[in-house]
Amino acid sequence: MSAMSLIQDADLGTPPVAGGASVTLTIDGREVTVPEGTSVMRAAALVGVDIPRLCATDTLAAFGSCRLCLVEIAGRGGTPASCTTPVAEGLAVSTTGERLDRLRHGVMELYLSDHPEHEIKGCVGEAARRAGVERVRYGTPACHAGAQTDESNPYFAFDPAACIVCSRCVRACDEVQGTFALTIAGRGFGSRVSASQEEPFLGSECVSCGACVQACPTDALIEKSVRAEGLPERSVITTCAYCGVGCAFEAQMRGDEVVRMTPWKDGKANHGHSCVKGRFAWDYAGHKDRILKPMIRETIADPWREVSWDEAIAFAAERLQAIQAEHGRGAVGAITSSRCTNEETYLVQKLARAALHTNNVDTCARVCHSPTGYGLKAAFGTSAGTQDFDSVDHADVIMVIGANPTDAHPVFASRMKRRLRAGAKLIVVDPRAIDLVRTPHIEAAHHLALKPGTNVALLNALAHVVVAEGLVDEAFVRERCDLPAFQAWAAFVADGVNSPETVEGVCGVPASALRAAARLYATGGNGAIYYGLGVTEHSQGTTTVMAIANLAMATGNLGRPGVGVNPLRGQNNVQGSCDMGSFPHELSGYRHISEEPVRRLFESLWGVTLDPEPGLRIPNMIDAALDGSFRGLYVQGEDILQSDPNSSHMAAGLAAMDCVIVQDLFLNETASYAHVFLPGSTFLEKDGTFTNAERRIQRVRKVMEPRNGLADWEITERLSNALAYPMNYGHPAQIMAEIAAATPTFAGVSYQRLDALGSIQWPCNEAAPEGTPVMHVGRFARGAGEFILTEYVPTDERTGPRFPLLLTTGRVLSQYNVGAQTRRTGNIVWHPEDRLEIHPHDAEHRGIGDGDWVKLASREGETSLRALITGRVSPGVVYTTFHHPGTQANVVTTELSDWATNCPEYKVTAVQVTLSNGPTEWQASADAQNRRARRIAPIPAE
Amino acid sequence: MANQIGAFFRAQGEAAAVAGVEDHLRRFWDPRMRREIVAHLNAGGEGLTPSVRAAVARLAQD
Repeated sequence: MSAMSLIQDADLGTPPVAGGASVTLTIDGREVTVPEGTSVMRAAALVGVDIPRLCATDTLAAFGSCRLCLVEIAGRGGTPASCTTPVAEGLAVSTTGERLDRLRHGVMELYLSDHPEHEIKGCVGEAARRAGVERVRYGTPACHAGAQTDESNPYFAFDPAACIVCSRCVRACDEVQGTFALTIAGRGFGSRVSASQEEPFLGSECVSCGACVQACPTDALIEKSVRAEGLPERSVITTCAYCGVGCAFEAQMRGDEVVRMTPWKDGKANHGHSCVKGRFAWDYAGHKDRILKPMIRETIADPWREVSWDEAIAFAAERLQAIQAEHGRGAVGAITSSRCTNEETYLVQKLARAALHTNNVDTCARVCHSPTGYGLKAAFGTSAGTQDFDSVDHADVIMVIGANPTDAHPVFASRMKRRLRAGAKLIVVDPRAIDLVRTPHIEAAHHLALKPGTNVALLNALAHVVVAEGLVDEAFVRERCDLPAFQAWAAFVADGVNSPETVEGVCGVPASALRAAARLYATGGNGAIYYGLGVTEHSQGTTTVMAIANLAMATGNLGRPGVGVNPLRGQNNVQGSCDMGSFPHELSGYRHISEEPVRRLFESLWGVTLDPEPGLRIPNMIDAALDGSFRGLYVQGEDILQSDPNSSHMAAGLAAMDCVIVQDLFLNETASYAHVFLPGSTFLEKDGTFTNAERRIQRVRKVMEPRNGLADWEITERLSNALAYPMNYGHPAQIMAEIAAATPTFAGVSYQRLDALGSIQWPCNEAAPEGTPVMHVGRFARGAGEFILTEYVPTDERTGPRFPLLLTTGRVLSQYNVGAQTRRTGNIVWHPEDRLEIHPHDAEHRGIGDGDWVKLASREGETSLRALITGRVSPGVVYTTFHHPGTQANVVTTELSDWATNCPEYKVTAVQVTLSNGPTEWQASADAQNRRARRIAPIPAE
Repeated sequence: MANQIGAFFRAQGEAAAVAGVEDHLRRFWDPRMRREIVAHLNAGGEGLTPSVRAAVARLAQD
């Protein structure tokens, strides 16, 4: 499965049919038994009869357009299309014969009459050959021959001349992606594929997911990289390194170059679908900005000096050891990355605990989903989502809270939209009107546009309705949950302070809408909650996660397909980095460092004595740096200066340290304060595993040698060896073997098993040797589900006369987090700058026009960017993204954070917006600082 | 932040809140942070809510 010749996916012509009674028929004399509802075409394919076709494929519903797949059925008149004809008991089907040959010949001639001769290749050429068409009787009207190729999209081109108007692209956009951006314009020979209202693809509603390119049976829609590099020769199956959906891809190679990334049909997270990032935005790996040589410098005022790996590693180790000798073990720490593999994060935390003898290790999940870990472990016993993605197919009511799946988790959003189009009801809880609120063929039953910072109040109000109106699933609660805890919780939420009528005044959502949404979720069948950082990145982030868990338990929406509590993870390996023991208080598998038996296990494996006390979290490290007790930091694959809150505070903390070691692809913002730069490798250049939001562990496979010379795990290994703690793994498989030996939930995981099964959802152990798609079936991991009291406590961040608006931040489809990767790809065309979304009322009040430069100021700092006037945000709320370091939205965000985990409150900052005429002082000085800090000294002539 | 922790546990009643805050500080705060808040209490504990004061007082007995 790993590296092989180019994969040719089997295509059975039409999609499978679930369940149904068995039907037996014969096709060309061969008997076949299939579920009722299966097409004759699929049944034929299953017994090896390949019926000619152009418009049919098993990823799309049958369409019956091309008329090549005609068959004859004994006892029935005519020649029906086999793709749209369902099987029936006892049918005798013939797929060949004189009449069928004649009809197919005629159909194929008509196709070719509108097809340039040089394009008669691929599936068209094959169909022509099979139909025996050697010449076309009709001359060559070739209506599309002169049509101009649409080159507007940065990644693919559309050549109407090569198009056979089979509608596969249109149907893929409709059925798979759910954007409905394409249609067929015109009639007869004038029919043509049209993006939106006959616009260029780039300017249309197309979201560049690539589904149309994937579905196109000709070269009409083709990747520009294939045109430039030639057809690929071999495939390697690997996993996308962007969001937490974890799409499986074929890296299609020609020699050692990636020609294209195509979504793998057998990928269990994505089932052959992709988004603009994973499908196309991978060429940052070869960007000119990438640093390929290690660099060091004495102080951050010096220019960088390129050195050998040995010199850089020795310099880093000596500095860390010197700091510890002078200031103690706790004066240094490390940060693992959710962009890196499980094996790499495991090694970094091992380096911290075993080589540096400190629990000062944290991960970038600190600033996104740390409240998920805390909250779900308290309620259910496991720090992870409860379902697999396929579960959404069984949901009847979907509640999306503080998440924007079409932008941040687009491939899963397409699955969700498919279910919504099939009739599931949608509740959106979000201050903004995200796309899901109203998108083609989907409209939310309820959009609860709450005031930022009031999630807990709103969820308590929903729970109030469930309890007060007798909607509790009492059997579930009695059987599965801690009863006294439930009773205390029920009394708590039943209090009038939590009634919708009271909460309306807090969160700004009408009581009637709160009541209606609660009733729908509690009584509408399978209720599934999906949530994102709009839940966690609050001062009550953990409380919100607990409130969600309470609501799901009270309504019995756990422990089976179609329900559950599902955190949508931001980065590719957020789940994995948390699983691997990256938090300062726990070892892999979420076991607290104070538990002696757990510590003993690791001490015996690692040959060291472990500190039983928790270490510092990222914000604690920065605070400690400013008071002088924390002086050295090893950061793998995270740009804490751009991504963490209150940039000025972060910059001051980094500047106060004696040794900052950054391991990354590019000289990011944090690297401006670093003394050692260790060039990292991309996901294409190393082996390992990622774990996605559904706990699915998937292989990352090396498709090319690391351009920097070493995989990230090898760099950590070298640093550890230089610190006198030997690490000598020969391959990441050996690291996974150690993880499995030390972590009960990973006990059954190995590379061999991953290769055999394709992927594994943990827990994977003796009780679940092939993994666990749905958790808490029959019993919660902690035993009885725990109801927790979730009192609403308003954030300390308040609006007032000076800062009257509330800022909330997020991301867009084309960009990824701090943009280090996506800004260095063609995706920049969709989002060249961060913009400030502001409601027309607030803009008019301030004299702001669309596109005007505005100053965005908070109590912490100020920045400037251009305004985007839109009704997507409510009056009083503004919104921006954090993809561009020039904007540095986190200059204005505050250090307020979640009470339990320190997860920053990115989603609520009191701000003022005024017209501006240029960059702020902070932006100008940061720009100058970065220019100075990124100088690389010329190498002297020998 | 300690008061935020106290506010979360407040709904559980005074005794449970004190125990909850103490447990949280022990399990999730690095020892130097615990020392700092104990020192703050010893210096008068300005701003600390009652349940947090009681919890930090227990830490101070270590």
